[in-house]
Amino acid sequence: MREVGEAMGPIVQALKKNRLAVIGAGILSVLVFIAVFAPYLAPRDPVELNLAERLSSPSWDHLMGTDAVGRDTLSRIIYGTRVSLMIAVVVTMIEVLLGMIVGMTAGYLGKAVDEILMRIVDVLLAFPGIILALALVGMLGPSLTNLVIALAAVGWVRYARIVRGSILSVKEERFVESARAIGCGNLRIATRHILLNIVTPIIVLATLSMGTTIISIAALSFLGLGAQPPMAEWGNMLNEGKPFMEKAPHLMIFPGLMIMITVLAFNFLGDGLRDVMDPRLKEKVEV
Amino acid sequence: MPFLEIRDLHVTFPTPAGHVRASDGVDLEISEGDSLCLVGESGCGKTIVALAVMRLLPHSAIITGRIRFKGEDLLGLGESRMRRIRGREIAMIFEQPATCFNPVLTVGDQIVEAVRVHGERSRKAARERALELMSMVGIADPIKRYGQYPHEFSGGMIQRAMIAMALAFEPALLIADEPTTSLDVTVQAQIIELLADLKARLRTTLLLITHDLAVASTLCAQAAVMYAGGIVEKGATRRVFKSPRHPYTQALLAAASGDGSGVIRGSVPELTRLPEGCRFHPRCPRAQDICREAMPAIEDGVRCHLYQHSGVTA
Repeated sequence: MREVGEAMGPIVQALKKNRLAVIGAGILSVLVFIAVFAPYLAPRDPVELNLAERLSSPSWDHLMGTDAVGRDTLSRIIYGTRVSLMIAVVVTMIEVLLGMIVGMTAGYLGKAVDEILMRIVDVLLAFPGIILALALVGMLGPSLTNLVIALAAVGWVRYARIVRGSILSVKEERFVESARAIGCGNLRIATRHILLNIVTPIIVLATLSMGTTIISIAALSFLGLGAQPPMAEWGNMLNEGKPFMEKAPHLMIFPGLMIMITVLAFNFLGDGLRDVMDPRLKEKVEV
Repeated sequence: MPFLEIRDLHVTFPTPAGHVRASDGVDLEISEGDSLCLVGESGCGKTIVALAVMRLLPHSAIITGRIRFKGEDLLGLGESRMRRIRGREIAMIFEQPATCFNPVLTVGDQIVEAVRVHGERSRKAARERALELMSMVGIADPIKRYGQYPHEFSGGMIQRAMIAMALAFEPALLIADEPTTSLDVTVQAQIIELLADLKARLRTTLLLITHDLAVASTLCAQAAVMYAGGIVEKGATRRVFKSPRHPYTQALLAAASGDGSGVIRGSVPELTRLPEGCRFHPRCPRAQDICREAMPAIEDGVRCHLYQHSGVTA
């Protein structure tokens, strides 16, 4: 999508002036780097047991200490970054795709189709998402795949709503009529003229909800419904560290910090994107 | 056979407040290479006629009548055939051109789209053609302008770009809906000059929609005056504007003279509640009893009881 890239150009420029967004983007780049190069960065194997060094406090040997079976916490944190980011990206991608399909169908076709699809969305929105996801994973059985399915099945509705709303407003824009007047067909109008104009709200929502998704992944894993031991995952690590909270607080502090930093980074970037893309704010800047 | 022939065109929109009769029995014809302006106040249904020709009216519109273009009944055509006509055979320039461009695509990309939409040209040839079109409509430095976004264009320039888009296939019929309305006066003059020049060079048939009588008389040989969804007078522009016959045309010209003497009393009737008989009779200074009862037919290019052979002559 060359055009999306071009359309994003000025946004990136404006984003650079937003300090929090730059910090968010910086932290996220570091996290992505950590996730990609985890095998090279981690000092130990994340699942290697070392019963001689159980529950040791942070030291030069183990920068973040070790857990109840002597695994290196730093290495587990590093590998955990991989799981959290990857799952969050996959979940968000599925959500965006589903939401776009449903939202575009509803917004473009309108009438009865719109009514039916949007009432389904309303029903799903009426549930607290995490509870519904919890019930779904409980039903499907705890595993990472089912965690992805459950989170995506609950999360797509927000995208469907926003896509539908954007389509309803863009559909009435005069450039759509003018595109029709030069002989454009429905498909070309939908993909080139309408879709391109709703990319920005989707990007904002996706960035902002990445944070929420990371929390949901950690929460479900904490409850034992996501990543299964011995896999290193932040929520999972919190759960495993819980019994030793007093004796070895580092087991909960470090994963907790990572979750917080990651969510914060996504929120900083998302807020920045929203500010930059909000046309009302843009006007103020230009005047 | 006329090039474009509109017969008894009725366009009705069902609304909760009743049926809006936006076009109420419009008859028009243009011969090939000719130019016709449709003039009238805002809300009289001029744009509806244009959109009906383009088949771009909303689905809710109820359309009856006949629109024949080169002998083909446009209202009976399938959507895919109509799409091949749009842009290639009939093109349209809209009012407020700035809103007619997609804000997230460059102007050049959008002209290329118009050039390529019917699928004949390669990307490279289309770019060449787009640049050619841009210089044809007088956009200076087309290569630089090509990569700019609509908001970087001035009002006059974006209208030129819109015209370039419309001319991509040198359409046989060009519909221009208020092409100069949103522009300031000096730019208006430039655009009118451009349209006149292009019309002469490309031998395009022009249907111009405007409420600006000066623009109409500069660009068009034929004129049709529209009031409340119907044509009230038509003929050679010079004749219509020099010696108007319908009381509405007379009033319109007096109002346009701008000395304040010719304010038309009353206001345009609501399209849901058109008056019986002649649509203009509630505001007409010369209304008679018959005007309240019967809709006059068009005779000698004027729809008025004053000029009916069977009726009273003025």
